[in-house]
Amino acid sequence: MQKRTFASLLVIFSVVLILSLVFTACGPGGGGAKKTVKIAWIGPLTGGNAGPGIGGRNSFELAIKEANANPNSKYTYEAVFIDDECKPEVGVQAALKAASDPEVIASVSHYCSMVAISTVDTFHNNGLADIVWGAVLPAITYGNDYKEVFRVNGTMIQQNKVHAEDMVKWGYKTVSIIHDTSDYGRGHMEYFSESAKEVGLQILSVQGVVTDQQDFTTELTKIKAEDPDVIYFGGLAPLGIPLRKQMVKLDIRSQFDGTSGIKNNSFNEALGPDAEGVISYLEGAPLEELPGGMKFKQAYEAAGYKEPPEAYGPFAYVAAQLAIEAIEKVGPDRQKVVDELATTKGKDTIIGEVTFDEYGQNIVPLVTAYVSENGQWVPLSQSSYKEGGTKELPGITFMKEKGRR
Amino acid sequence: MSVLDMIIQQSINGLMLGIMYSLVAVGFTLYFGVLNVINFSHGDFFMLGGFMALILYGIADTLGWTQNVPLLIIYLFLGSMILTALIAIITARICVKPVSKAPMLISLLVTLGLGIAIREAVRVFYPRGSDPKGFPTLLPQGSLSIGNIVIRYENVIIFVLGVLVIVVVNYLITKTKMGMAIRAVAQDGEAAMMMGVDLDRTIDITFLIGAAVAAVAGIMNGFYYGQIMFNMGAMMGVIGFSASVIGGLGNVYGAIVGGILFGLLETFAAATLPMGAENKRVFAFFIVILFLVFKPTGILGEKVYERV
Repeated sequence: MQKRTFASLLVIFSVVLILSLVFTACGPGGGGAKKTVKIAWIGPLTGGNAGPGIGGRNSFELAIKEANANPNSKYTYEAVFIDDECKPEVGVQAALKAASDPEVIASVSHYCSMVAISTVDTFHNNGLADIVWGAVLPAITYGNDYKEVFRVNGTMIQQNKVHAEDMVKWGYKTVSIIHDTSDYGRGHMEYFSESAKEVGLQILSVQGVVTDQQDFTTELTKIKAEDPDVIYFGGLAPLGIPLRKQMVKLDIRSQFDGTSGIKNNSFNEALGPDAEGVISYLEGAPLEELPGGMKFKQAYEAAGYKEPPEAYGPFAYVAAQLAIEAIEKVGPDRQKVVDELATTKGKDTIIGEVTFDEYGQNIVPLVTAYVSENGQWVPLSQSSYKEGGTKELPGITFMKEKGRR
Repeated sequence: MSVLDMIIQQSINGLMLGIMYSLVAVGFTLYFGVLNVINFSHGDFFMLGGFMALILYGIADTLGWTQNVPLLIIYLFLGSMILTALIAIITARICVKPVSKAPMLISLLVTLGLGIAIREAVRVFYPRGSDPKGFPTLLPQGSLSIGNIVIRYENVIIFVLGVLVIVVVNYLITKTKMGMAIRAVAQDGEAAMMMGVDLDRTIDITFLIGAAVAAVAGIMNGFYYGQIMFNMGAMMGVIGFSASVIGGLGNVYGAIVGGILFGLLETFAAATLPMGAENKRVFAFFIVILFLVFKPTGILGEKVYERV
């Protein structure tokens, strides 16, 4: 009797064992439990720049989800989100947190330049790949020879060169500059000033404003007396919005041009009709024109994110993809991943071809001008404001009124 | 534009900025006068007032009540003042009143924390709360030109309303029975209670007035700048507090003097000093330090009233 019970138990055990082996083999993992690899994302999730930050986080997460849904992936990827609040001191803490976790193999980091420049040493000291997804200050990649630092988006050098050249093409001659006093705003001011001088634009004044300033009437009253063709703003949307609003209230009709920092939905939403005709510049080409751009857009919408990806979301997405591909190829080893990323050349992505130079900087040949039209940022070349289009940029109308054109 | 025109135009800018600061400074003066509390959440109630008005405007817009603009403005002001004051009274009962007798450092930390909680709550619970929010344009938008000087109608309304609010607050504090109770508590809470003053009620009323004034300032700020943001109260709180110190902490009219002086200092520093725009606050706060060193009671402190 006891022997029969034992035999029955043995049969049941064997069946369960075989079935479990069969199910494990045929399950979603395909080849047994996959090793989990962590990739960090760092950016602003709170504070005034949380809008583009959340867009970047969602886009990054989308790339992670897609990799996990891919049956061919060798690893299961876990996203680690860390808020840097767009503050350098918080950013360094965030980078340290990511670097001190040995399971984190790469980090897709920073929207704000002043934060990104503060954390390069931390990433370098810890041998952790730092793929910048939004910050545009050139020194982040060009100011050091750290092998760990990469950047998928372009720098403000390219952005401002194209911007100044375009101003001359439009016939503008004089510019008044307002910039925020962060590394981001000051950097834009410096590179724009250099490019403006090269192309023969006259800079009437340069005024720096602190990043939490709300009242610009004093600065704008000075600018009104200068009567420039263009007001160039080097800063982010939380400052750009009240600046533009007060410019309208003070009846200053010069052209208002901004940097990539104002190209987000909140700028158009908060300003309504006052945003009409404002120009901003962004590296890369419009999403719709790039291979896979529409696919990203559809996937993002299908994922059910409430917030838009914003201007730099696609860059965060590509940065995550590059990190994942490197890990897939060389395994979850920080040093090997850094070395693998450095070899990236002519890689087709939704932001165009990605090639890292010896500084880890993606050489982006393309910069696109956008104009705010009917509450949307539209590539200038596709808008009604393009040369020969049905609408006229406010700055052109203003110059005609003044008899300067 | 001549130099004189520029000075006048910048003075107008400074006065407008100053009246905003004054309205926030009045609240600090009130809280300090009654509770001996430096309420650092006050700047965030200023922000909350603006957001309450935006929510009320959204409701009115949905219901189609936006046709009658004067009525709409009154509805926004009253509604926002009541809601902001209610929240202020509730939060004061929970976390400010229990520490009002503790050392000032404790209440300062508590109110600082409360301010951060309010700020982050707006950011989290308001739809896409971290983005700047456009504020409805309801005041007349034209302007009056005298030579090269431009005075916007909107600015005149905001300035007059700001001064009016401060005068009314002063009247409430100095001429009414309620104000007498507040001043009695300010001088000696225990003695006031022995004379039949309801301490809890008096503190509630102080928070009601303080938060309602902050709400008015928040709405006026929205009308003036055309946008509000969840973190706009942080720096406003620091400047409002500094303005109340310059004017004389505890003196309502000192708040006006301090606020306008701070506004003018910032404006003229930005307009005249080299690299003034980026260093105007450094300059203005340097003056605050000078006041704290050489005249810690402020310009009107203890000369006109002892406290409130």
